[in-house]
Amino acid sequence: MSIWVLRGLRDGVVTTRWPAKPDPYADAWRGPARPVDASRSDPAADLTDLCPTGAITVTGGTVRVDQGRCILCGRCVAERPGVFAWSQGVTGAAALVREQLVIPELPGSGAAVAAARARLAERTRALRRSVHIRHVDAGSDGSEEWEIQALLGPVYDLHRLGVFVTASPRHADVLLVTGAGALGMSGPLRTTYDAMPGPKVVIAAGTDAVSGGLLAGGAAVTGGVGTTVPVDIWLAGSPPGPFGILNALLIAVGYLAPDGKRSR
Amino acid sequence: MTMTEPEVQALWKELEARLAAGDRFAGLFATRAADRDPVVLSAHVATAGDIETLQVTLPPYATSYPALTPRVGAAFWYERVIHDQFGVVPEGHPRLAPLIRPGDPLPRHVEGYGLFTIPHGPVRSGVLESIEYLVETPGEAIPHLNMRVFYKHRGVARRFAGMTPRDAVLLAERTEGIASVAHALAFCHAVERMAGCVPPSAAALVRVLHAELERIANHLDVAVRLADAAGLAVATARLALHKERVMRLVSRMCGSRFGRGVVVPGGVSALPRLAPAELRDEVEQLARQVTSEAAALMATSSFLDRLRGTGPLTPPRARTHGALGPIGKAAGFADDNRLTRPYDGYPDLAVWPTRAHQAGDALVRLRVRWEEVDQSFGLLRRAAEELAERTGDQLRVACEPTSGRALGWAEAPQGEVLYDVALAAGRVTGCQPRSASFHNLVLMHEVFTGDILTDFPFIEASFGLSVAGVAL
Repeated sequence: MSIWVLRGLRDGVVTTRWPAKPDPYADAWRGPARPVDASRSDPAADLTDLCPTGAITVTGGTVRVDQGRCILCGRCVAERPGVFAWSQGVTGAAALVREQLVIPELPGSGAAVAAARARLAERTRALRRSVHIRHVDAGSDGSEEWEIQALLGPVYDLHRLGVFVTASPRHADVLLVTGAGALGMSGPLRTTYDAMPGPKVVIAAGTDAVSGGLLAGGAAVTGGVGTTVPVDIWLAGSPPGPFGILNALLIAVGYLAPDGKRSR
Repeated sequence: MTMTEPEVQALWKELEARLAAGDRFAGLFATRAADRDPVVLSAHVATAGDIETLQVTLPPYATSYPALTPRVGAAFWYERVIHDQFGVVPEGHPRLAPLIRPGDPLPRHVEGYGLFTIPHGPVRSGVLESIEYLVETPGEAIPHLNMRVFYKHRGVARRFAGMTPRDAVLLAERTEGIASVAHALAFCHAVERMAGCVPPSAAALVRVLHAELERIANHLDVAVRLADAAGLAVATARLALHKERVMRLVSRMCGSRFGRGVVVPGGVSALPRLAPAELRDEVEQLARQVTSEAAALMATSSFLDRLRGTGPLTPPRARTHGALGPIGKAAGFADDNRLTRPYDGYPDLAVWPTRAHQAGDALVRLRVRWEEVDQSFGLLRRAAEELAERTGDQLRVACEPTSGRALGWAEAPQGEVLYDVALAAGRVTGCQPRSASFHNLVLMHEVFTGDILTDFPFIEASFGLSVAGVAL
């Protein structure tokens, strides 16, 4: 057994200090696609047809990307580099209302965001230094679970932030939901949500959980988990990386504001 | 009793004869071109260098056919899926309960004084995929285990219909997310076979790089879960660190931590963004770290004690079922597609076989995984070297078949992934993915011989499967 004592000291500290200190891997993170040149005169169909999930819309000459549908295939970025680009960093992919994932902002969504922020702040005031997460897989492809598990490893070490994963919904403050909303999981997901004491925060983690992704419209899924449980934080990504999930969790506990700034 | 009973029986007889002669049962699926068309049964058989399909068409409006399961036990879950999807009854099937469609629970398998059922799931403790295990137990021993996998059925197979091959490969990557590369490869191999095109050699090497890194990440994940189950905190953290390093290397190469977006029909989308020399250094460093950690883990007796003799699969069962991947290899049944039906860069890179094993328990399954990791590092080294000399080469050939049907396969970390793809007018009309997870998970019913409740996490982790690939 003693070999492990020494091995534990190898490599020194490998844990990131993010968000207290910047982390190069988080800063270089490749997020969903975004329009760089929103007012285009191209025929609308040329742009909208690029996207396999219909995330691109053109209205009144404005090109918009719904990042909640983006599966990060990168086709729009590769084929129309003048119009679309990857977003960079981890903070952009999380939003408090579903419409906020549409870039550039839809007219009139500012008020809804402000209201959602106030509602969330009300609840997160109660969540301080010890926050417990209950994860539910509602039809994921399995990759989201890997990224959440990574947070429990030495590199991200969720515990340093006072966040823990719990088995019992009775101990949970945050419900972290992955997957496109498989019909078979609707009941168990709702039961888990109901079993959690208030105040509680729900995170839809990943493009599948937000909109259903490529499975949207299929007969076996609800196309996102928002119709089964009330979602507070919408997190895009296919899958969202560990830093993206960490960012959403820190918003959920009121440690970070959605714009990436420290709120306490 | 249907008119085609003799035809179906004749096909089953032929299938049985071929399996007895050494071929491997690789799946049974039903398809139907349109709603009122007759159902077609397709059985896939893996031969020495190929995978073939035997077919029989049921009469219009047939409601039943003679089941294959009584003759070929490995068809057990396949026929339940056929029943779920089409309502056709395989007559003589021993236990025809819903598998991928939500439905009534299975009746208890064992009866007796003091026996009770412990349900685990579908919402499980820890961060895991949704599945329900019903453990039938008198207290400690596990005389029988039931599995309900339908909770996360997502209707993936049907979603392929109507997609272009270019979009469909994106869905293939999300069919079983932890084996994205292998699924994309199997799908593309089917499309390429239809078009008769061969990816350029540089693309074939890039595919090998990503497929082998995926294998290393998956095998490390299994090791993390086993070390965690044994309560080895430092080993768990160390192995998780190495897995994170592998995933970061993949994301530096292509932008995705799961190698998504790399494999496209006809080749790959881009070269790795790392310079060849840098890639070689990264692989060298990883190989050193992982090999040393694996050696330490396999010398920790308190860990080995929990794995030795745990959840053994007998070699005869592995052979009759055609157990795939490390589970099969650990029980003396090795059929690695990189060796037996090689594709992409593998024929030139000369894959060597892993050692022959017989014990089939959790310990040997882990040993096989470490041997495969060694093998993968060797392949990565050679592929990176070869690729350094071909940086200017073409990465993609035109591959746009309009119609046809073909099988494609790839060796995922879990074992063989098989895709049966049909196209018409340039769009997918039918696509049936078969993951190694689906084929192998049913074997978990049979390995609890003398094992007790606390062995459960070891056995589950040592299978190393993904539920996403089972319920589709």
